[in-house]
This record gives sequence, C-alpha cells and structure tokens, in this order.
Amino acid sequence: MKIQTMKERNCLVVTVVGRMDATTAPNYEKKLIELIAEGEKNFVIDFNGLEYISSSGLRSIHVTAKAIKAAGGKIALANIRNVIKEIFDISGFGTIFQINDSVESALSKIG
Amino acid sequence: MKVLTHITLPAQLASLERLIGLVSSCASHGGFNQTRVKEIELATEEALVNIIKYAYQDKDGDIEVTCSLDKEGFTITIVDSGIPFNVLSVGDPDISADVSERNIGGLGIFLMKKLMDDIQYRRAGGKNILTLIAWIKPEKPAL
Repeated sequence: MKIQTMKERNCLVVTVVGRMDATTAPNYEKKLIELIAEGEKNFVIDFNGLEYISSSGLRSIHVTAKAIKAAGGKIALANIRNVIKEIFDISGFGTIFQINDSVESALSKIG
Repeated sequence: MKVLTHITLPAQLASLERLIGLVSSCASHGGFNQTRVKEIELATEEALVNIIKYAYQDKDGDIEVTCSLDKEGFTITIVDSGIPFNVLSVGDPDISADVSERNIGGLGIFLMKKLMDDIQYRRAGGKNILTLIAWIKPEKPAL
C-alpha cells in the first residue's frame, strides 16, 4: 500500500493505492494519526487506486474518522468503486460516510 | 475433488500474505472472475486473521490451508489447533449504527458469511476445521 498526500484548499487529499488488509491497514492508521497530530483538520481520502479492502482496512478508516472528528475536522471519501464499493455497502460503511464520485466533489463538500 | 494446494504455516500475521496469495491463485485457477477472487481472498483473510489473533492466545501454533476444486465449487479448508471457536455462532454486528458509536468487532466474520456461498464448521481431534465454499455458477445463457 502506498499513501500520498497533497494540500488542496483547506483540505489534505490522501491518496491510497494498493491493498488495505490486516498487514497494511495499520500503516494507513499510523499515517493519518500522524497527520492529525501535525494539525491537519480536513481530509479527503481518494481510494481510486485501492484494489482490495478487508475488515482491517474498514476498521482503520473507522478509527481515523473518529480521530478526525474528535480533533474538530471533517472527512470525505472519494472514488469508492467495484469490489470496494460492494464491501462498503455490505458493512454499512456506504451510508455512514460521505462518499463522492471525485476528489473535486469531495473537496466541495467539506472545503 | 482435486486438491490444488495444501500448506501449513505459523499462525502469524507474517504468514498472511503468502496464504492469501496461494488461495487467490487457486481461485483464479478455478475460473472465478477478478471480483469474485477478491471476495474469496477477503473471506479467507477474515478467517485467518481471526485465528492469528485469537486461536492460540499468545502461544505458538500453526494454520493449515487446503484449497480444492470440484465441478460444483471451490473449497478452502482452514484448520487450527487453538481454542474451540465456531464462527457460525457469532452474532451479526449492528451495521446501521452511527460511525462514532458503532462497535466494529464482528465485522470480519459478518463479511465472510456474506461473501461465501457456504460455510461449515466442526471441531474434531482438538482442531477447528472451517470450510469456506464458493459455488461455481454456470454462466447465464444469453438471451
């Protein structure tokens, strides 16, 4: 899994590429917790390059979303597609997160 | 029933990638499309992670994975010698609860149940024997 970040307006766009499984999801969690600690408030997570997610990945998205909210920030997810969308829908994550068709649309929601 | 692979590795997170990779290539060999292969990988990961985290309670132990194929389905048999645990006895999580409230435990088993066509569990000879089955569905006839 690769994670890249880019500042857009008052948000940090976090691009996740690869697999979020039990071995890699902790890296995502660690990275986002670091960014929150550095003072980042609003996050758009771009999952366009995400190929696979398991409950460990969902758990790390959940934990970091809670941390972002607790720090007074906002989170929006973008580009959740195919099998990732199916897993989100089955687990109920599709209804509890702001899910957007593009990074631009996610930015306009929380920016 | 044709056995495609049989492997025994330590019940550690470090074994996960190799085990999932094997199951994935066997599922591809079974003719499933890419989406179905990922669903099968996911169900397998959830079962394996559960064993890695809980079965041996800080003691060392192994996980044995066998993939087999017949004309009706693809079967993954996962065996551990840890504490007795029947995944089928675990209740479903509340997936309607708000993100700030919800308890995410149990989600992995829930996903596994949703994604596989059949799951069987038995305890025999001091071992947990979990069987995950994905049916090979005939292509829908063209209209």
